[in-house]
Amino acid sequence: MIDKRVRDLAAAVAGIKDGATVLCGGFGAVGEPIALTEALLPLGVKNLVIVANNAGTGEIGIARLIKEGRVRKVICSYPRTTDPREFEAAYKAGKIELELVPQGTLSERLRAAGAGIGGFYTPTGAGTNLAEGKETREFDGKPYVLEKPIRGDVALIRALKADRWGNLVYRKSARNFNPVMAMAAALTVVEVSEIVELGALDPEAIVTPGIFVDRVVVVR
Amino acid sequence: MSENAPKPLSRRQMAWRAAQDIPEGAYVNLGIGLPTLCGDYIPKDREIVFHSENGILGMGPAPAKGQEDPDLINAGKQLVTLLPGGSYFHHNDAFLMIRGGHIDLALMGALEVAANGDLANWITNDPHAPPGVGGAMDLAAGAKEVRILLEHTTKDGAPRIKQTCSYPLTAKECVKRIYTNLALIDVTRDGLVVREMVEGLDLAGLQEVTEPKLTLADDWKKLTAPTV
Repeated sequence: MIDKRVRDLAAAVAGIKDGATVLCGGFGAVGEPIALTEALLPLGVKNLVIVANNAGTGEIGIARLIKEGRVRKVICSYPRTTDPREFEAAYKAGKIELELVPQGTLSERLRAAGAGIGGFYTPTGAGTNLAEGKETREFDGKPYVLEKPIRGDVALIRALKADRWGNLVYRKSARNFNPVMAMAAALTVVEVSEIVELGALDPEAIVTPGIFVDRVVVVR
Repeated sequence: MSENAPKPLSRRQMAWRAAQDIPEGAYVNLGIGLPTLCGDYIPKDREIVFHSENGILGMGPAPAKGQEDPDLINAGKQLVTLLPGGSYFHHNDAFLMIRGGHIDLALMGALEVAANGDLANWITNDPHAPPGVGGAMDLAAGAKEVRILLEHTTKDGAPRIKQTCSYPLTAKECVKRIYTNLALIDVTRDGLVVREMVEGLDLAGLQEVTEPKLTLADDWKKLTAPTV
């Protein structure tokens, strides 16, 4: 029997190692898997590379990992979101590395990893600082920048409901980066509000099919 | 101030003016800040679909008190609503819409715009603040048309429409129209063409606060907006 349900947060994050590249869903704190992210603290892991749209809000989730000195580098599009105090403090102190990626390029680099694509050319960023050191090539007279995939060792995902196969549905704009990150990591761990019986999720409405998911934990 | 002194538009009046040009049926992304205000001034007889890069089409205004939903926010992370016909989707589809040319119009703010339509709106040269780009480069490179709202000059009175941008670029040659508190200017192959100017201003006066050479359209009009 396929059963991706795990009993608690410790089981959900077991095996994640120092130096791991961790994809964190969410747009600001909306759709951010805060409980899973904070479960990395008692696990003791450090030197993490966090991939997310933002670099933590207030003192929760990613911000808490940064505050506790667990994060070596952040790959994101916009670190200065609502209340970015922990990232800013670490950045100003030179304690954290930042790789800035345009938001759509970040999403597409994650998709490329999930889709088995070795790289892609995008018009975004052509002729700007963020294209420096990257190949730029013209197609039909328009410049495009070569971008590489971002693959996670682990993806931490927040969804609304799951079943034991790991099929997922989301809620409103809390979907955001979660589905694309779920596809892009070696280990995908999901926190949900509720686990329902197999067959209870409308197959027409499942956003992330269970093939992309390894572990599901209920966080209320 | 004399009676004939130019009467600049307020920020809300700038947003009102830009909103009047959004065509019926358009799919539109409104940038954070000033452009977001345009949503308040869409003519009542037009059906326009607002896109938000965190995965919303058919985004509506801020919720009424008691109707707030913490899982429903816009790109500026303000609470919003969904209109009938609206939909949710994930980030990759949201940016596919932008990059793939499916968004008819992006209205964005700016630090500077250059004579050739180059746009600088993502970073100042402040070495102390961590940079952030968000979706600005995707929108500038991908939307079918990019229009900009900006105050005509800096607080010190220096032009923000420049020969070449002094701040790092967001995208090259992407801006087609500029709405300022003083004028409405189109970026054309023949340079910057002034379509509208506020009362009390002439081309020479506008040129004084604008770096690149301006031409006045033959059919130019007064730039006006109601009190909003």
